[in-house]
Amino acid sequence: MTGWRALLLPHRLLLMALFAGFVIWCALSLRWDWLPDYLPLAVEGLWRTIWILAVTCILGFLLAIPLGLAQAVGPWYLAAPARAFCTIIRGTPLLLQIWLLYYGFGSLFPQFPWIRASELWPYLRQAWPYAVLALTLSYAGYEGEVMRGAFSSVNKGQLEAARAFGMPRRMIFRRVWLPQAIRNVLPTLGGETILQLKATPLVATITVIEIYAVSSRVRADTFIVYEPLLLLALVYMIIAGIIALIFGRIESRVPNRRQG
Amino acid sequence: MVEALLDTLGLTKTVELLSLQPPGWGGNLLRGLANSLQIAFGAFGFGLLIGLGGAYGKLYGGPILRDLLTIYTTVIRAVPELVLILILYYVGTDLINQAASAMGYGRVEISGVAAGIWVLGVVQGAYATEVLRGAIQAIPSGQLEAARAFGMPPLMTLRRVTIPAMMGFATPGLANLWLIATKDTALLAIVGFSELTLETRQAAASTRAYFTFFLAAGALYLIVTLFSGVIFGRIEKWARRGQPSLREGNG
Repeated sequence: MTGWRALLLPHRLLLMALFAGFVIWCALSLRWDWLPDYLPLAVEGLWRTIWILAVTCILGFLLAIPLGLAQAVGPWYLAAPARAFCTIIRGTPLLLQIWLLYYGFGSLFPQFPWIRASELWPYLRQAWPYAVLALTLSYAGYEGEVMRGAFSSVNKGQLEAARAFGMPRRMIFRRVWLPQAIRNVLPTLGGETILQLKATPLVATITVIEIYAVSSRVRADTFIVYEPLLLLALVYMIIAGIIALIFGRIESRVPNRRQG
Repeated sequence: MVEALLDTLGLTKTVELLSLQPPGWGGNLLRGLANSLQIAFGAFGFGLLIGLGGAYGKLYGGPILRDLLTIYTTVIRAVPELVLILILYYVGTDLINQAASAMGYGRVEISGVAAGIWVLGVVQGAYATEVLRGAIQAIPSGQLEAARAFGMPPLMTLRRVTIPAMMGFATPGLANLWLIATKDTALLAIVGFSELTLETRQAAASTRAYFTFFLAAGALYLIVTLFSGVIFGRIEKWARRGQPSLREGNG
């Protein structure tokens, strides 16, 4: 009773019929006339959400590798700051971090003439660099903790074998240690990426127009409450499903211990 | 002497801003923190109740109940909390207002605390369901069978066997959930509820001292987090009393 056949159980068919009825009811009796007007904006917002998600996950993960390594095997003067960073990031709300960066630095920078004169100023005046920075640091903080466990869980014998073959330290890290650490935490990474997706709407509070901000604007312009929110929830569920699929695909491709 | 020290460190202004009396905003921050904690407690408790019911439904319920609970936990865990908060907030106020008008009352103003507890509790419930389901499954089945063999009624089994036996397995997950609850209260700032984050932002915006206030609020959240870590460590130790330590077991 696995796979597609499990969907054909009588009670599931009933539930699916009910759900289909709900969808049809939604399509027919709720208001969707605003949709064509806002569709271009929604597509743009969706693209921005995905772009922010991808960039912050990749940058955050690159930052998480040294953070995890420092905590797992680093000397105390590297391990202590890394642990403090992870604790602070994980112990305070992301919304507060975003507002601290945006409003804090946003009000600090204009006081320095040399920053205003620099070439970076046009970017520093916009909201998205702060959004990307805050989300990157957040992902790095959570992932640093995950990678700490991953690095220390790699089998010692593997590292010793690599050393016995005379591999230089960098090569051991690149060919043995890092791949095995990442393989061990792939399921966790998938879950954390979905959590990161769920954190992206927070950047709408600092005027980054992503998909959540578009739905807020529809609500503010037309006073239609439920339709944009339901559609938004559906969009997020689809993206989360795609992320789960991608990570499932990667996991099935990576050879695990049992397959040798 | 303290003043001289503060003066040399350049912190006099900071202390003034954070003082508890009205020219300072410290009182507002603490009031916001109290609101946040109140909602976090309420939502965590409400979530635990939902979670216990949900875990029982998933483990022992009929096929329809199990499928519905699967949909509930999947949807809640895939949709951002912010979106859920808005949806549940509007649904909750609409339902209560319709009920009130059906009974002949006018529009009802819903208190922010109640709305926050309802909204975050439903979100927490989905996560708690999964945590508690795993914990109940980890109980050696012989213990539950023994309780049944002694003729214990189901509620007594729950109170005397299931809950005490699963506490040790559930505590780490529940500690995580509690931390998520305290941090998720910050999201209520977006629907205009004056908890710590919103109070902080108002204080910061009216004094232009953004760093001072956001760092102070961050410190408050961090204190709550670290303190909770200690408490939950104690609870876990207590809940695992008499059980062999996992670390020793693995050698």
